Amino acid sequence: MNLFEFQLPLVVLLPFFGALLAFYSARYNRLAAAWVSSFITLLSLASIAPAIGTVFSGSNLIQSWPWLESIGLYFSFRLDGLSLLFSLLILIIGLLVIIYARWYLAAKDNMGRFFAYLLMFMGSMLGIVLSENLIQLVIFWELTSISSFLLISYWQHRKDARQGARMALTVTAAGGLALLGSVLIIGEIIGSYQLSDVLANGELIRQHRLYPIALILLLLAVFTKSAQFPFHFWLPHAMAAPTPVSAYLHSATMVKAGIFLLARFFPVFSGTEMWTWLVGGAGLITLLIGAYTALFKHDLKALLAYSTISHLGLITLLFGFGTQTAAVAAIFHIINHATFKASLFMVAGIIDHETGTRDMRKLNGLIKYMPHTAALAIIASLAMAGVPLLNGFLSKEMFFAEAVLMSDSNRFAWLVPLLVTIGGILSVAYSLRFVHDVFFNGEPIGLSHTPHEPPRRMKVPIDLLVITCLAVGIFPAFTIEPILNIAVSATLQHTVPEYSLALWHGLTLPLLMSAAALSLGVLVYFNRNGLIANYERHQHINAKHYYLKTIKRLLKLANAISQLFDKGSLQNATAWVIFSALLLGSFGFINYSGSLFGTRNYLPVDAVSLMIAGLLMIAAILTVAWCKKRLQSLISLGVVGLVSALVFVKFSAPDLALTQLSVEVVTIILLLLALYFLPASAPRETSRIRLWRDAILAIASGLAVTLLTLMVLSRDFDSISDFFIANSVSAGGGSNVVNVILVDFRGFDTLGEIVVLALAGLGIYALLHNAKLTPIQKFNTDEIAHPVILQTFSRLMLPLMLLVAAYIFLRGHNLPGGGFIAGLIASVALILMYLANGIAWTSQRLQLNMQIVIALGLLSASATGLAAMLVGYPFLTSAFSHIHWPLVGEFEIASAIAFDLGVFLVVVGASVLSLVQLGQLNQHPAVKEQQ
Amino acid sequence: MEVLLALSIGVMTASGVFLILRPRTFAVVLGLTLLAYAVNLFLFAMGRLQIGLPAVIDAQQSGYTDPLPQALVLTAIVIAFGMTAFLIVLAIKARSELGNDHVDGLHLAADEEEQRHHPR
Repeated sequence: MNLFEFQLPLVVLLPFFGALLAFYSARYNRLAAAWVSSFITLLSLASIAPAIGTVFSGSNLIQSWPWLESIGLYFSFRLDGLSLLFSLLILIIGLLVIIYARWYLAAKDNMGRFFAYLLMFMGSMLGIVLSENLIQLVIFWELTSISSFLLISYWQHRKDARQGARMALTVTAAGGLALLGSVLIIGEIIGSYQLSDVLANGELIRQHRLYPIALILLLLAVFTKSAQFPFHFWLPHAMAAPTPVSAYLHSATMVKAGIFLLARFFPVFSGTEMWTWLVGGAGLITLLIGAYTALFKHDLKALLAYSTISHLGLITLLFGFGTQTAAVAAIFHIINHATFKASLFMVAGIIDHETGTRDMRKLNGLIKYMPHTAALAIIASLAMAGVPLLNGFLSKEMFFAEAVLMSDSNRFAWLVPLLVTIGGILSVAYSLRFVHDVFFNGEPIGLSHTPHEPPRRMKVPIDLLVITCLAVGIFPAFTIEPILNIAVSATLQHTVPEYSLALWHGLTLPLLMSAAALSLGVLVYFNRNGLIANYERHQHINAKHYYLKTIKRLLKLANAISQLFDKGSLQNATAWVIFSALLLGSFGFINYSGSLFGTRNYLPVDAVSLMIAGLLMIAAILTVAWCKKRLQSLISLGVVGLVSALVFVKFSAPDLALTQLSVEVVTIILLLLALYFLPASAPRETSRIRLWRDAILAIASGLAVTLLTLMVLSRDFDSISDFFIANSVSAGGGSNVVNVILVDFRGFDTLGEIVVLALAGLGIYALLHNAKLTPIQKFNTDEIAHPVILQTFSRLMLPLMLLVAAYIFLRGHNLPGGGFIAGLIASVALILMYLANGIAWTSQRLQLNMQIVIALGLLSASATGLAAMLVGYPFLTSAFSHIHWPLVGEFEIASAIAFDLGVFLVVVGASVLSLVQLGQLNQHPAVKEQQ
Repeated sequence: MEVLLALSIGVMTASGVFLILRPRTFAVVLGLTLLAYAVNLFLFAMGRLQIGLPAVIDAQQSGYTDPLPQALVLTAIVIAFGMTAFLIVLAIKARSELGNDHVDGLHLAADEEEQRHHPR
């Protein structure tokens, strides 16, 4: 087996596995979680590394396995230039964030939980960028929403964290739903969900009449995830997350997922007027709103959040331009923004950590206390402002150049260079504020202690990021050009267009725009006090307020709709269900044109059958007539059950008759016990009208069922059972076809059914264990004298009954019997002991924990199935051979018998557990304690 | 014979439906049990009625009854028991928690009313 065949899924799945490992390792050592996380991230990097050469040589790596082929779902991964770039960003910045977080988290924070969430997020993010199948991509997309929800709400005790997390989840998950819609439409148009097919058929999609809907849905997903106007409001509230989370999710990865989709689908969706207006428009508005608001925020992280919004807008705008060189600039800026913004978030975290505040009105002159941190912050901020020799300058320059190129594309486009220059000015101003207001500008105000540098190693990640900013800014051709080229060619699905990463292009308009932005930005910053005062005088639109209002209205609407149907009355709801069933059924009757009954000959009626059927009907009617007197009603229900057993006997179903008979006994005892806890009678409370309504519904249902049964029974049919009858002995090794079907042909069904039974038993245990219920009538199985004759007989009978159960069990494969029936007989035997001798007496002698019996049963049944898998057969394949037993004779031992044993144990466990729990309720507390 | 069985199933269904529309939990549990019996018989009858033809492979036998509905009904009987047991315990628990056995947890039964006024 070549491990490289699984390389890409490994990259994605390793972090998920690591999440579990990190969570558990933190129980033993706090820091182990950080070590494990770093190790897993390195492992993921190592698994992607061998493929890097392939991608650089210009070919894509696709690894695919069919999953649900019929709906076009494949488990498939793709590595090309774009996904490689994003994977490296996710993994490398992830690793740095892990190192940083190890120092950031306080001693009382749960490390295991943090790193588990972080790795889960990393895995989901890698899943998005490496998915070849679009449905699989949507799954990972939703996983990022969920894991980012967990990360934002990491400090669960804080209300703002919980609220921010909920808001982020609502907005981004809604976007995820839109993405699913878009993907389904794309799949409908192309007939495939594989990315390769989609990328090859862009023309087909753009020409299709569903293109606008697919585009709008896609953009809803992009705009919600990447915080584009008007969905940008969730990002500032997500700042309640621990700072490493913000550095990772809200600079480098999660918010870039939307941008990634834009890049991925760029060759498919771009190039239309609609694309330019929607993507470009949203990008431009977001760029300006973000930059403008960032300037006025006093909170360091809020400034960074709005700046992130603004930069995401910039990238979106570039994609909106729709030209190939604009896409180059966009991808370049994705890398640059990730490096400088992640380092700035980490700096903000350090400042918060060391001073206890993030308020820039208090933070001043920190350069004296933390010069190293200050140097890092200054370089990163200058990169953010777009100062020459730093990476931000290069991509911003390209951005300005694209804006200038756009300016003659239509009547309003001359505004674009002007507006983006304003954005540039604001960006310089807020970057300067981050530097000047925090590290210079006098002395800190009101700090509880003197700040100092953080631990050396906490700054290592920032050092590396800042060095990257410088290296890319000074030597772009050596550092970034190779990977940028392959990412661009993968994005465009085309050769890389001419572009230049040179620092100096001559005295061009973009350079003048940069110069204007820098000088005017400085001017704006030093006039900030007036501007801030002006900003704070005005009422601003509070997006959170509208969001909460919308959510409230939605909930109200949902409630109103539910209440139309559900008025809080079970009777009403049941009546509606039955009425609708009748209504829908009657459509079938009305639309059916053939003759009502078929031509099959009926069996002749004999006198005994007539009497038995009469008894059945009378008992059923009496159950209803006596429904206010509960004991009598229950007795007649018992008669119905017993008579149905007779019906099974008559019509050649000995297995069913045995089952019905034993179930009946257990059911009636159970219901009798329950009567002690329910009122003995029911009051008159139903109005005459309602009685009539119920009677009409009941009679209509009865008639309908009678008619339906007769229609079926009067016709012949082709049974599919010939297969089972023909193969029962040869394939299943048993001649009782019913039992072979249960334990072999349809064994998986049976496994499901015993699980249900086990759950019912355990559910009853959960409901009644240690519950204090007051019986309506006092009754104690241990206080009243037990009838001596019954007691004696029950003790005598027990071994006999168990022997019968064993006999029925063993012969079940060949003659009527089997695990279900034997289990019920054994339960009846045990229950008889409890009834005759009292629970205390029996429990002392039968120290068998019924929960364990249930568990053993399920274990035995599933282990049988798994054993078959171990030998290489499908789940629950049975094997058998014949052995000769003394006295019993020729006997088949099939692996199905282990399965049937599981069935037996579950049936015994569940039924005895239920009855004993119910019986025990009556017991004296003192007796209970004795046990 | 088929008519007789169809009628019996019909009467059982009607009684079951009427009972599950009652306002008290015990009647609803009985109704569901009755309905389960009816459904079991109905499913069983889908294999058509055969007399004296068990589904056990035997060289001397000429024909077999349909084993598939039997296998389905066999588990259905046991599952129905599990459901009945769970429901009745739920009903007991509800009465103890809510103080009455109305399906909506509303009114007091007569003997509960009495118990409330004259606690034993």
